[in-house]
Amino acid sequence: MEKIKFDQLQEEILHETMANGLEVYIIPKKGFNKSFATFTTKYGSIDNHFVPLDKDDYTKVPDGIAHFLEHKLFEKEDGDVFQQFSKQGASGNAFTSFTRTAYLFSSTSEFELNLKTLIDFVQDPYFSEKTVEKEKGIIGQEINMYDDNPDWRLYFGTIQNMYHHHPVKIDIAGTIDSIAGITKDMLYECYHTFYHPSNMLLFIVGEVNGEEIMDGIRSNQESKDYQPQPEVKRQFEEEPSEVAVKKSQLKMNVQTPKVMLGIKARHVNLQGKELLKTELSANILLEMLFGKSSSIHESLYSAGLIDQSFSYDYTQEQGFGFALLGGDTLHPDELSEKLTDLLLQAKTGTGLDEKSLERIIKKKIGSFLRSLNSPEYIANQFTRYAFNDMNLFDVVPILEQINFDDIKQTAETLIDESQITVCQVIPK
Amino acid sequence: MAIATDNVKSMQGYTLHTIQTTQYKTNTLVLKMKAPLSDKSVTQRSLLPYVLQASTKNYPTTPQLRSYLDELYGASFYVDVGKKGEYDVISFTMEIANEKFLSDPAPLLEKGFALLADILLKPNSTDTAFDELSFTNEKRSLKQRIQSLFDDKMRFASTRLIEEMCQGEPYSLETLGNSKDLEAITAESLFSYYKQAIAEDEIDLYVIGDVEQTQVEQFADRYIQLDPRQPVQMRSIQKNVVEAKEVLEKDDVKQGKLNIGYRTQIVYGDPDYYALQVFNGIFGGFSHSKLFINVREKASLAYYAASRLESHKGLLIVMSGIETANYRQAVQIISEQMKAMKNGEFSEQELEQTKAVIRNQILETIDSPRGLVEILYHNVIAKIDIPLEKWLQTTEKITKAEIIEAGKKIELDTVYFLTGTEVPQ
Repeated sequence: MEKIKFDQLQEEILHETMANGLEVYIIPKKGFNKSFATFTTKYGSIDNHFVPLDKDDYTKVPDGIAHFLEHKLFEKEDGDVFQQFSKQGASGNAFTSFTRTAYLFSSTSEFELNLKTLIDFVQDPYFSEKTVEKEKGIIGQEINMYDDNPDWRLYFGTIQNMYHHHPVKIDIAGTIDSIAGITKDMLYECYHTFYHPSNMLLFIVGEVNGEEIMDGIRSNQESKDYQPQPEVKRQFEEEPSEVAVKKSQLKMNVQTPKVMLGIKARHVNLQGKELLKTELSANILLEMLFGKSSSIHESLYSAGLIDQSFSYDYTQEQGFGFALLGGDTLHPDELSEKLTDLLLQAKTGTGLDEKSLERIIKKKIGSFLRSLNSPEYIANQFTRYAFNDMNLFDVVPILEQINFDDIKQTAETLIDESQITVCQVIPK
Repeated sequence: MAIATDNVKSMQGYTLHTIQTTQYKTNTLVLKMKAPLSDKSVTQRSLLPYVLQASTKNYPTTPQLRSYLDELYGASFYVDVGKKGEYDVISFTMEIANEKFLSDPAPLLEKGFALLADILLKPNSTDTAFDELSFTNEKRSLKQRIQSLFDDKMRFASTRLIEEMCQGEPYSLETLGNSKDLEAITAESLFSYYKQAIAEDEIDLYVIGDVEQTQVEQFADRYIQLDPRQPVQMRSIQKNVVEAKEVLEKDDVKQGKLNIGYRTQIVYGDPDYYALQVFNGIFGGFSHSKLFINVREKASLAYYAASRLESHKGLLIVMSGIETANYRQAVQIISEQMKAMKNGEFSEQELEQTKAVIRNQILETIDSPRGLVEILYHNVIAKIDIPLEKWLQTTEKITKAEIIEAGKKIELDTVYFLTGTEVPQ
């Protein structure tokens, strides 16, 4: 077990790689009622083309299966894990993203018992044809719920515009048709391929005795019979650099149109500090251009092109990355053109203000500190970072290193006519 | 268990609450202004905080104000308007880094107080009107937000249920306001409403973090002084149901949104409120509850099927999203579960696990500064002083008999269904 200290932040992390490959991190925190644990596999909606365990050939699985598996893992022969958690005063949950499936609970008592429940239920699947069929109705309603949500449709519409082949364009829950074909055998195959401890990370934050918890996890894992498993072979089709579709419109039952502009990243084979710096620089660039303290934001707002719903964000993972910006607007075409023009000008440095950089970095540091108030944020972000060889606690030192040339460079590299797409939601 | 103490002090024209804790890396300031919900002021109260936070006398443009917040290590500042029972509550929230965790120590807390006071008390205005640009921008932005309410169908359905259910009561008002009243508001009329609100609203300021109480009191006194006032106290309006209503509305939706409202006649502060909370927990509050098990897990009809309390109004609201064809079946399952609850058809285990989860939920909520303020503010709304320990202890002791007793008061008021196609008979 190693101990890593972060003095300025007054945080300490315990880390151990278990004999079966499971990575465990613990951050003991004082003064909180709540303790929080997430158990995450590096398996998300994009992992739909891979070599299953003990097979030789690549296989393609139905869209939405990682999310389906997440739902079904909660059900056991003798009942539902939600029940188990609530009997122990905890609240359990799970989510599936493009690249991860996370199972989690928070509790204010009986932490060790709940932790055992979490680890054991994720490591002991039980799928039957009958319960798989029943789940199709429930997930079907989840899909319909998202279909009625214009913001979700806009978000996915923009991603679909950007990508030709990459499975990030597939809706995480799949479609009613795609999940219809899912069987219990497929779930087992995905489970055994992706839920080996060596593909997983357990993260704990809260008022806990770190050493004792680590000992408990070690003996829990040693009691289970895991054979070494090679790294999963995934396959992704060659993805062209430029966006697939320049512009699309979704006609929906809304009164206010919505616009989202996407910038598809070109250099998406980054990990570690390089990825962290790229992501932070891109977010600083967006803040510099479109933040509430920018003159651009003020002029768009005063011109009635944007309202309070306007937002922007940049995110990148292994194999894909994008900036998204937009919101509600009464003038969707004008806003789309204006944002595109502003971005293309920024590529050559227009609108980039060196004087604002120091202020924006201060803002980013402050908001990072604020997010450390939240155990959920720490657990989720830490895991996402760890899966990309980044360290959450490098954020502040790297922010402090970023200079104006980095921002200009980011604008130059990220922005290009060929990388920009626009999606609009328009009233029917 | 860590429950921070709410140190309450009467200041000039407002109440200061200081909560000392080393839990966070930030300090949080929340200022709440409350007035009775009324159709005369609801739209003005929705617009007012946005105009105030757009610019101030000292920072006369939004970029200047926002740049200053960035300088304060990205202090976050936002406003929010909502209803609590018969009240309309405006909240101003600032979260600011605790200088202890920065390599460059600066007196951030005092600067935070000064800025909050600027936004509240030194608006960008003439003697009679708000700055025209800030006013016009925010008026337009609010108009768009009111219009967008229609676009989020889950929220739209829950707003429609409350409108139908509480017709003629102030509670039926949507705190975003309405376009018609908004049209008539001017930079002058809003400014005169602002003067009135600052003079008459009940104001509470919460300061949470690793702070010194005496210092907080000094800062508060230095920056915020208001005229004495006699805030209006409202009693919660309770109505008996004469006949339950069913409202079916058609809209272009893929999934039907089912919202059902019950009257409980019980509000926060009532002796049977704790039993009602446990009732709601067993019925639909959690993922082990009857609604989740029977609507979702057994019948496979929905992804979400849950209930919640409007604690200061005496309502219990059920929400679910279903296929239109399953409407009758879903309503029937929900009413069977309600009946089972009223008959006391729940096990000792359901009771105990619900208590444990409620306790967990309360303790989790107070782990975040904003959650803690929301919990403490219940006492301001209800004009009562219930320490959190008492809330937790009383919940612990609730019996089946008390839950059945509370259940007797619950009556179905309105079933609202937003549907894409005709509902089969």
